[in-house]
Amino acid sequence: MTDTSNNMETAAHPENLRRVAIDPLSRVEGHGKVTLLMDENDRVHQVRLHIVEFRGFEKFIQGRPYWEAPVMVQRLCGICPVSHHLAASKAMDMIVGATLTPTAEKVRRLMHYGQILQSHALHFFHLCSPDLLFGFDSDMAKRNIVGVAAAYPEIARQGVLLRKFGQEVIRVTAGKRIHGTGSIPGGVNKNVGIEERDYLLKDIDQTVAWSRDAVAIARQLFEQNLDLYNNFASFAAHTLNMVRGDGALDLYHGGLRARDRDGNTLFDHYDYAHYWDVILEEVKPWTYMKFPFLRSLGPEQGWYRVGPLSRVTQCDFIPTPLANQARMAFLAFNGGSAASATLGVHWARMIEMLHAAEQIQVLLHDPDLQGTDLVSTGERQERGVGVIEAPRGTLIHHYKVDEHDQIVRCNLIVSTTHNNQAMNEAIRSVARQFIDGRKLTEGLLNHIEVAIRAFDPCLSCATHALGKMPLEVELLDAEGGRADMLTRTSHGMFCSPG
Amino acid sequence: MVAPILIFAVGNESRGDDALAPLLLRQLESDSPVQAELVEEYQLQIEHVTDLLERSTVLFVDADVSCDAPFRFSEITAQHDNSYTSHAMTPAALLYAYRQVYGIDAPDSFLLRIRGYDFELGDRLSLKATANLEAAKKLVAGLCAAASPSVWREKLQASLTAID
Repeated sequence: MTDTSNNMETAAHPENLRRVAIDPLSRVEGHGKVTLLMDENDRVHQVRLHIVEFRGFEKFIQGRPYWEAPVMVQRLCGICPVSHHLAASKAMDMIVGATLTPTAEKVRRLMHYGQILQSHALHFFHLCSPDLLFGFDSDMAKRNIVGVAAAYPEIARQGVLLRKFGQEVIRVTAGKRIHGTGSIPGGVNKNVGIEERDYLLKDIDQTVAWSRDAVAIARQLFEQNLDLYNNFASFAAHTLNMVRGDGALDLYHGGLRARDRDGNTLFDHYDYAHYWDVILEEVKPWTYMKFPFLRSLGPEQGWYRVGPLSRVTQCDFIPTPLANQARMAFLAFNGGSAASATLGVHWARMIEMLHAAEQIQVLLHDPDLQGTDLVSTGERQERGVGVIEAPRGTLIHHYKVDEHDQIVRCNLIVSTTHNNQAMNEAIRSVARQFIDGRKLTEGLLNHIEVAIRAFDPCLSCATHALGKMPLEVELLDAEGGRADMLTRTSHGMFCSPG
Repeated sequence: MVAPILIFAVGNESRGDDALAPLLLRQLESDSPVQAELVEEYQLQIEHVTDLLERSTVLFVDADVSCDAPFRFSEITAQHDNSYTSHAMTPAALLYAYRQVYGIDAPDSFLLRIRGYDFELGDRLSLKATANLEAAKKLVAGLCAAASPSVWREKLQASLTAID
């Protein structure tokens, strides 16, 4: 039986417990680890997700001229540089007092939907489908994208080409594959030419069709494993997301909406320029990552979840027909069980991917993309806040700029930080369901990683070099000595020191 | 028309010596136009198989924390490792994925690992890495002059001899 005297965040007597670490997590961007404290009977007393790398980016950007921020922040993350590029640009729009021209806003939106499409495709097809298609504790040698390619070659091929299409949308709108400069304070520095538009148009119908197929795959997986999917890593959470003025899903711009666990609205259409009036961040001594919370509910009760599941369930409708139809089916499925299940996020994510594909299709037919009015300015401000719904959830960029045009303060709340407590809740739920009282196996530990990967946490700092990224699983006895150890090399091979 | 040689630089310029490969690319571009397509990414992912299509020779360049200075140049083949389970794949795993996606072997491929030391956010390229970059640049300039994998293999042998 689990230790029910606490919430598994802090064990009552850690000195008598053995410690198991999953370090680093695989199929997760960046460096994080999970620790479990267990007693001699394999009962779990404490579970924590730690972020072990301090990014320090907010310090790094200080002293730089504000117009450099949209380019520099892309180096924060190798997975979602475009989201940072656009969030910083939106903050700088406020600094220069700009109201975007139609061309500028539509080019940026196109870039953003390209980012959503490629990121969601990577996450579903390459990082999560191995677990979902083969089973969480299936043969590890098969449980990867190569295994998917062998067993389901068409699914794997579509995953590759969907991601490639999203990357091409980004290249066309941002000017380059990486270090894109397309979005600048007050607008964009290029439009989308006819030739570029036609290049993307030739593949968009296929992209929409494959995205529909992906929604069907996600649904099928849920249907085939109903009990597991309904209950895996389950927990109730408040939600936070951005919605358009009419309540529609809008991944680029809108007001903040928060709802409690029962669906009651806490605030709606809140102007994110003053986000600190509704969201605060708490620091805990055991991790570098902060814990944001809804100010009105306080740090203990105010944590929440962001991302595809929150967005798809909490918006009033999706403003593209196929995705909206898919959303209605998702909400109605099995009495609404998928909409509140942690693993329902994969289905929601594919609905968003379909929405992004449809939005790209609409935008490519919009002549405003070829407009030449690209930049606007207005009255200079000293503070700028940019918020965007990034693939993993709400992303906040906040800057203060002095009279010399230098950034003097920066605060970023990234999606993974918003989801910090939610991820901790998910892994504690898994520990109670699958690990407590059992002998540990790689398959059981992978259940914890499956829960974390549902959020697709991006703990990244965009660095990597060959020879880095080892994995170490350490089993300590009650006295703190090492009982066993398993190491994964940079090439993913496991070995034991014997 | 697809350029027969692809040079694929992997790294992040804002992370100290992780900038080695992007900087090498930048210097190749500015010193003299090379007969190769130069591509830069933060990390390798599965869609990069599409970049390898119709190439005769591919060179991956990356910073490395474990090889000997100044660099290690080697030929690589498709390998089924578990880097598929990550947001960042190894070059050998990418070649393996190429075969899975297209049903044919990937182009002849080589890996240039340039020794790096410090990878902190905001750091400049370290002095030792700067020297390694110079040595690597000379090698790559020579490689770009010849589009033939057999010539690359000769240079590979020569580089191994030089290290010995």
